[in-house]
Amino acid sequence: MIKFILIFFGLMLFALNGFGSDNNCLSCHFDFEDEGGSASKFAKDIHSQKGLGCADCHGGDPTLDDMDDVRNSKGFRGVPNHLEVPDFCARCHSDAAYMHDHNPSMPIDQLAKYKTSIHGQRLFSAKDKKVANCVSCHSVHEIGNGQMPYSSTHPSNLPATCAKCHSDKDYMAEYKIPTDQFEKYSSSVHGLALFKRGDLGAPACNDCHGNHGAAPPGVSSLAAVCGVCHALEAELFEKSPHADAFLENDFPMCETCHSNHAIFKPSDNMIGTTESALCTECHAADDGTIGLPTADSILTSLNNLVAAHLNAKQSLDEAILKGMMTTNEEFLLKEVVQSLIQARTLIHSFDMDSVAPKAMEGIAKADTVVLNSAGLIDEYYFRRKGLAVATLIITFLAFMLYRKIRKIEQK
Amino acid sequence: MDGTQNGLIKKGYQWLDDRLHINSLVEYMGGKVVPQHSHSIFYYLGGITLFLFIVQVITGILLLMYYRPGADSAYESVKFIVSEVSFGWLIRSIHSWSANLMVLSAFLHMFTVFFTRAYRKPREMTWYTGMGLLALSMTFGFSGYLLPWNELAFFATRVGTGMAGAMPVVGDYLMVIMRGGEEVTGATIGRFFGLHVAILPLMTTGLLALHMIFIQRQGMSEPMHWAGKKQEDKKYMKFFPNFIYRDALVWLIALNILALLAVIFPDGIGVVHWPLGEKADPFGAPPAVIRPEWYFMFAFQALKMLPAHIWFIEGELFGIIVFGIGGLIWILIPLLDRRANENKRSPMIMAFGTFVVLFMVVMTIVGYLVE
Repeated sequence: MIKFILIFFGLMLFALNGFGSDNNCLSCHFDFEDEGGSASKFAKDIHSQKGLGCADCHGGDPTLDDMDDVRNSKGFRGVPNHLEVPDFCARCHSDAAYMHDHNPSMPIDQLAKYKTSIHGQRLFSAKDKKVANCVSCHSVHEIGNGQMPYSSTHPSNLPATCAKCHSDKDYMAEYKIPTDQFEKYSSSVHGLALFKRGDLGAPACNDCHGNHGAAPPGVSSLAAVCGVCHALEAELFEKSPHADAFLENDFPMCETCHSNHAIFKPSDNMIGTTESALCTECHAADDGTIGLPTADSILTSLNNLVAAHLNAKQSLDEAILKGMMTTNEEFLLKEVVQSLIQARTLIHSFDMDSVAPKAMEGIAKADTVVLNSAGLIDEYYFRRKGLAVATLIITFLAFMLYRKIRKIEQK
Repeated sequence: MDGTQNGLIKKGYQWLDDRLHINSLVEYMGGKVVPQHSHSIFYYLGGITLFLFIVQVITGILLLMYYRPGADSAYESVKFIVSEVSFGWLIRSIHSWSANLMVLSAFLHMFTVFFTRAYRKPREMTWYTGMGLLALSMTFGFSGYLLPWNELAFFATRVGTGMAGAMPVVGDYLMVIMRGGEEVTGATIGRFFGLHVAILPLMTTGLLALHMIFIQRQGMSEPMHWAGKKQEDKKYMKFFPNFIYRDALVWLIALNILALLAVIFPDGIGVVHWPLGEKADPFGAPPAVIRPEWYFMFAFQALKMLPAHIWFIEGELFGIIVFGIGGLIWILIPLLDRRANENKRSPMIMAFGTFVVLFMVVMTIVGYLVE
């Protein structure tokens, strides 16, 4: 009986130790690693999910039971050091034939781009072990793609991934670059869209700086970077008198007015000659340009349109509150908002002849909304008066009939 | 002047009487009487239902002048009616309010007839035609609900016709016939429109004529407690002109209430509402809450509360079978309540009626409370 029990437990242990398994690496690594170590993390890794094992990266024979035997087995590559990581990953990720078999839609130029990045240049040229390599951003054994919510490269996690190094003052001290980008970005219009509204389409660090080829955009390329999303604004700016002037004075195109990481929500007060306007930072009344008069005219046009929209909305709200059918007016009011958006976009032409017609178009539509809403409100009171008259007539008839009934029944 | 007028009226009356023998009809009407007792007020419910039906016909014809059935035109034409046509909003509002009030008064009429047991011999046929009219009124409501082709109507019709599809044996065929295909489309509007403006009015007019003829021939039902009373202890009023005048007064009051509701709440109020809203989009997401009209809510909620399976039968199918049996018992009450013909109490029938009323009220309230 004892013999039988020993044989049974022996077989159980054998089975638990990966009897017949192709990958013995995990069974040992689970034993000597703490919870949360590489072995336990690897289950979440996209490579594991795609069916790759430890040996596909680290080499060696994973079927062997003894660690020393694995280390001595053919093709064992072990753990790469910081400088070796890019080439270690590129063995597969830059191999077109290999990637075609596993993920044909994935680019294979990550290493080439990385070499052009500031990170790559410092790693390969200066042998700088502090700059980011693949695992700094993608993690080591918990690698996910951009669609996986837990992945370090998912849009909502990406700013924090970059901030791991770039917000660390001590770590970045020797590079002499600011470390407040993440803080500024978090309160910017882009950061709020991503973090507060959960808009995954909002730009994160990589959308402006690139990812594998990460580099800060230069003065001349800034408009192109912003123009990827803000195409109309960029096109209008390029044709405006400001384009050459900014270039000559080394003013970054969008950043000069809108800042870079701390891009705040633009307001109409940014233009004009008031205290909060930005135009006066460069222009003066006697600078010999039409800058300030144009800015004032544009601001007046916008303010008129905003006031017209507000007035139209108030009129329409009153008609809605009275329960009138306002579908057409609501649609027209949306067109007013559209005109306002377009007029604000046209500011980037810095040309009054572009902004004014659009503002006038919006004001005309807003006036129509006011007129129609007033008509609907009049109609509401007409209905009420009509009801009062009808009710009075019906009540009178009912009363007369009641008297007639009383008269008949009294007979 | 008055003498001339009276002379003309008399001449006209004489001219008609020579040809149509109206005198005999007037004499017959003059001899008719209506019982007067503590429940006499219930006699006016049928008249109110008839008045609201007449309003439905008039406003329906006016709407028909502008309404254009079809997936591309139905919504647009209703929008045109309420926003562009003079008093179009009022006509649609009166049509919708009177439809809901008509179903309500028809239900009240049915329950008062049930609990006063006015269905007993010789008025069984009046009960059957009345039940038919109620069913037609509800079908009017169901078919009319889809016609504006707005978002709410589209999804409610999809759910409603889907429930019909759960009926045993004929369910699938019935659903395809109702929808004019597998899905609710423009073809469904065509069918519902034809049903709403041609088939149902024709059937209703025929059945209503029968119902009215039965009432005129048999008169109003006397209360059961009058059975042992002496004739001199019973109180009556003349049908013409007394009851007719009273009926007219009730109609005027109903018209006044209808006018107030239609003008103050043109899109309805609370659970009884019909805002035009957005146009139906068969590929769009359904609204968060899909509810049928209030008079279908008790059945909708009861079916929703049933488990997926009861014994070996699907829950929804089980519910439809139970409703079918319950409805059949309700219709056949004049046959089942034999004690009523002998003027005896029928506690079982009264208990059944009370249960039905409580069930409908509770389920309707639960339906609106539960999202």
